[in-house]
Amino acid sequence: MGMTLTEKIIANHSDKSTVEPGESVWIDVDVLMTHDVCGPPSISIFRDQFGEDARVWDKEKVVIIPDHYIFTEDKYANRNVDILRAFAADQDLPYFYDVGSEDYKGVCHIALPEEGFTRPGEVLFGTDSHTCTAGAFGQFATGIGNTDAAFIMGTGQLWVKVPETMRFHFNGTSMPPYLMAKDIILQIIGDIGVDGATYRTMEFGGPGINCMSMEDRMTLTNMVIEAGGKNGVVEPDEKTEAYVRERTDKDFEPVYSDPDANYHSEYHYNLEDMVPMVAKPHSPDNKATVIELEGTQLDRAYIGSCTGGKLSDFKAAAEIIAGHDLKVDTYIVPATTEIADGLETETFNGEPLIDIFRKAGCKIGQASCAACLGGPSDTFGRLNNDETCISTTNRNYPGRMGSKESEVYLASPYTVAASAITGKITDPRVFIHETII
Amino acid sequence: MSEQNQTIKGKAFVLGKNIDTDQIIPAEHLVYSLDDPEERKFYGRHALSGVPDEQSGLPQGGIPLVEADEFESEFNIIVGGPNFGCGSSREHAPASLDIAGVEAIIAPTFARIFYRNSVDGGFVIPYESLENLSKKVETGDKLEIDPAKQTVRNISQDESYEIRPLGSVSDIVNAGGIFEFARKEGMIDVAS
Repeated sequence: MGMTLTEKIIANHSDKSTVEPGESVWIDVDVLMTHDVCGPPSISIFRDQFGEDARVWDKEKVVIIPDHYIFTEDKYANRNVDILRAFAADQDLPYFYDVGSEDYKGVCHIALPEEGFTRPGEVLFGTDSHTCTAGAFGQFATGIGNTDAAFIMGTGQLWVKVPETMRFHFNGTSMPPYLMAKDIILQIIGDIGVDGATYRTMEFGGPGINCMSMEDRMTLTNMVIEAGGKNGVVEPDEKTEAYVRERTDKDFEPVYSDPDANYHSEYHYNLEDMVPMVAKPHSPDNKATVIELEGTQLDRAYIGSCTGGKLSDFKAAAEIIAGHDLKVDTYIVPATTEIADGLETETFNGEPLIDIFRKAGCKIGQASCAACLGGPSDTFGRLNNDETCISTTNRNYPGRMGSKESEVYLASPYTVAASAITGKITDPRVFIHETII
Repeated sequence: MSEQNQTIKGKAFVLGKNIDTDQIIPAEHLVYSLDDPEERKFYGRHALSGVPDEQSGLPQGGIPLVEADEFESEFNIIVGGPNFGCGSSREHAPASLDIAGVEAIIAPTFARIFYRNSVDGGFVIPYESLENLSKKVETGDKLEIDPAKQTVRNISQDESYEIRPLGSVSDIVNAGGIFEFARKEGMIDVAS
């Protein structure tokens, strides 16, 4: 019996030659990532358990990316960044992306690929549930808690239960012009439910995946946690190789699923049959088509986060917004500083994206997680009252973006941009027709 | 956290399905130190404060886990619906329940990272029930969890329900967490 990509990576990093779903094995870790919210308690547990003078198992493999509560006056939040700074200095860590320095990046799940840490065939653990994003590069990547992170800091190992794999196969040779990866993953989560992939891998494949950009693929793997998935993966191809080689000199060995690998279940989708989707309050699986919700009144639009704050997300939004006035407050938060730079250099119809957003009256924030997860009360874009917001982010459980009274609709950057123009949920196909086709 | 085979007796606090980590401990509170004894208490105070009022303490609703100016709860057993603990990987979620005085959670299914954090960090014991007890148990009911017999007795309603064995994680639960387990197994040799 063959193995899936995920089973192979786990086997390659364990002391076994093959593994089967359901068994628990100890595996070696290639990269451990942490940030300002979970880093300090992880560091504290590491010191408690391994001693005040303990050293991390391999300083080349520990990556610290502050990104959650950065531009805030909250003294406790700022103390967390101070703790990371002291630890990075004490441990002489080469990969610390400090706030206020030239190295500052922003959202960890986008910074990791940009900096070359999402290498095919490797194992990445991170103290954040959206660590699964890196599976887009054929890496085994999943989120863990502080205790597990502290354990890895000291030992370089962690136990995992080998997950069963669900296969999602996409037919099609190109993305329809109105469709984004966000629509696809919202459709899938709606189909299988917020616990439809619990303890399992979601593997995305087929010709429809090959035609997607790396950023599209990241949107898919990013949200597997919203279906309860342990990890999401896409088999590496020439696009993956090109992206990763451009960003690291380190060797890596891509692995692929065997033709006779065993899958828990298989799902098939045709790209050309798929339509713009929305997740209604208060759950990511509360799906509806945009058409079903057209006319729903909004107070705010938000474009940002690891899910919907990549350069391709802003390009999509700018294509729709260009030349229009907006009816609701619209927040733009680039995930990373590299993307923020891209907003200045990337153009649509000869105009830099940042100018398109400014002319339309958008509020532009600094690279960070910002209001995706609410955060301290002075967080940029946070929903502090009973606002109704349409957002490119990933979760809409009660209070996720701030107040328990607020309501969040999740959608693609196209749909969020179209809805910002009209002030109500709007099918992006109307505007795509006039600007792109 | 109690040991695997120890019975846990106490009052139930009942919640619905898909209780995510933002409802368990809203993100704005994740700034307190878990080490400082004075700051740490605030995780207890705010535990489950993100649950909409009408869904907090079912079936009646409107009951907070922890009263407004308190740090600990009178309820020590949470009974939840499916997919308990979905959402983020924040270990502050099981930690905040532990700090509030919760010893065990009974739900038909748990989200993976929350389950793992509960066990590896030694915070609360996640017991899987065969049926969705959040529709049967009422907030305030007196419960007795007997892991050896794999039962939960509802003393208030004179009923009994089944729970699943802890399975492969029972060694870690018994040891009190992943570090204690690894020491016992000789995987790490440093004393804490």
